[in-house]
Amino acid sequence: MDHTLLISKLTKVYPTPRGPLVVLEDFDLRVPEGQFVTLIGHSGCGKSTVLSIVAGLQEPTSGGVILGGREVTGPGPDRGVVFQAPCLLPWLSALENVRLGVDQVHRHLSRSERRSLAEHYLACVGLGDALDKMPSELSQGMRQRVSLARAFALQPKVLLLDEPFGMLDSVTRCELHDVLLDVWQQDRRTVIMVTHDVDEAIFLSDRVVMMTQGPKARVGGIVDVPMERPRNRAAVLQDPRYYELRQTLLEFLGSPGAESETEVASSTVEAVPG
Amino acid sequence: MKRSLSFVPPVLPALSELWMRRRMGNGSGRFLLPLVGFGFLLVLWQVSSWTWAKDLPSPAETWEKSRIYILQPLAKRGEMDQGLLRYVLNSLALVAQGYGLGLLAGTLFGLLLGCSPVFTRMFDPVVQMLKPISPLAWLPLGLVLFQNTRGAAVFTIALCSMWPTVMNTALGLRNVPQDYLNVGRVLRLSRLRMLWKILLPSALPYMFTGYRLSLGIAWLAIVAAEMLTGTPGIGGFLWQEYNALIYEHILVAILAIGLVGWVLDRCMLALERWITTSMS
Repeated sequence: MDHTLLISKLTKVYPTPRGPLVVLEDFDLRVPEGQFVTLIGHSGCGKSTVLSIVAGLQEPTSGGVILGGREVTGPGPDRGVVFQAPCLLPWLSALENVRLGVDQVHRHLSRSERRSLAEHYLACVGLGDALDKMPSELSQGMRQRVSLARAFALQPKVLLLDEPFGMLDSVTRCELHDVLLDVWQQDRRTVIMVTHDVDEAIFLSDRVVMMTQGPKARVGGIVDVPMERPRNRAAVLQDPRYYELRQTLLEFLGSPGAESETEVASSTVEAVPG
Repeated sequence: MKRSLSFVPPVLPALSELWMRRRMGNGSGRFLLPLVGFGFLLVLWQVSSWTWAKDLPSPAETWEKSRIYILQPLAKRGEMDQGLLRYVLNSLALVAQGYGLGLLAGTLFGLLLGCSPVFTRMFDPVVQMLKPISPLAWLPLGLVLFQNTRGAAVFTIALCSMWPTVMNTALGLRNVPQDYLNVGRVLRLSRLRMLWKILLPSALPYMFTGYRLSLGIAWLAIVAAEMLTGTPGIGGFLWQEYNALIYEHILVAILAIGLVGWVLDRCMLALERWITTSMS
């Protein structure tokens, strides 16, 4: 079955005391199954709104999201979400936090199968020894690992990551990049990640989607990241293409308003499809 | 007179030194300073009985005339002549019934209020109106409804003590962080699992605050209920001794009521703290 994600003419308007605020207007994006896509843009440009609508936590004003041929009408376990804060339930252990989702989604499995599934994903993120730790006993980085394991263990069609590393220090952040790529490499789910970190976007993704500055944000340009996988940080950092990409993205983010697509015209930028 | 004056000055430096030690983290202030507080109360009592309140028995007289109730706390010489602890236990048994009923009803009612805005619109004004009604006002109604004193007392305690539980349970449910709700929504948890796994654990610290406040009110209400019904408990004893004009016993009963209330509150506070830390 084809699990392509189609975001079509997405528009979101918030009513404010000073009149309606158009956050997103005609946001179009097509993500083929198994692709890792990053949304990048200025803070407050509506990146997270896109993700939230795809997750089904917010309703679009117009336009829609189609996943695997079906329109998204609300939240569901076919879309795993990792929030910026780990959002673990503090009264459940690491394993129980992962089990909460696993038990709900994989009902056809036996108890012991569900347990070993949860344990497997916790081991994947490097927490095989911390299954019974409570969130309060874990560092911020470890909590975010649990949160990743929880999302991956649902085995969703799409993973939605909303600045998942935004609250971490840079060392922990690099560690978690590797963890994320490791787990992703295993079963190649479709991923949409929101970030404002250019290096993170290039290192992790197949495509980087640049959003124009809001209001009325939409896709300003898409950059393909050609580096082969599995990726190695040292190798990526030596690749001259990395610096070209970085330059392109930084110029886009730095350009006043980042409105026009011509400003980011470059050999690596392809026209917005549709 | 001169002697006592020369005795006064060293007290103040000693007190301030105690205060300093406490601030510096020395443990002795934890026990000594409260003792000083009780000392002041005792002095006030003594001075009052000497000066403006001639009918008020002094602490020494109180102890002399009522020590039998304290020294033989579990004695039962007659229905209305029992040891102090025995009276307290009788009262606690009655409180337990009313409070238990109040908790059950209050929690369920609070859950409904917290989960449903429609229900809140409908019943919040009713709650606000019933909340300030004193136990003294409910008791006669209880007697009319149940035709016996025990039923009336339980009814009154339950009705008076349930409101903090209702309010705090509802508040706890309304204050479940959006993040936790989103986790539940993303996982598409069923309503029951959502309640059991997310809403209740998240609201539990609030609920226990409500349970503690409710217990305080239940203890307030029991005394009133017993005074009016003459039930053999600490409040009934107090009222009987007032009618018998034995004021020493009244004072002892008052102190016992305060002490028990304090202990109950401390126990609930410990429970509340434990819940709060284990839930976060």
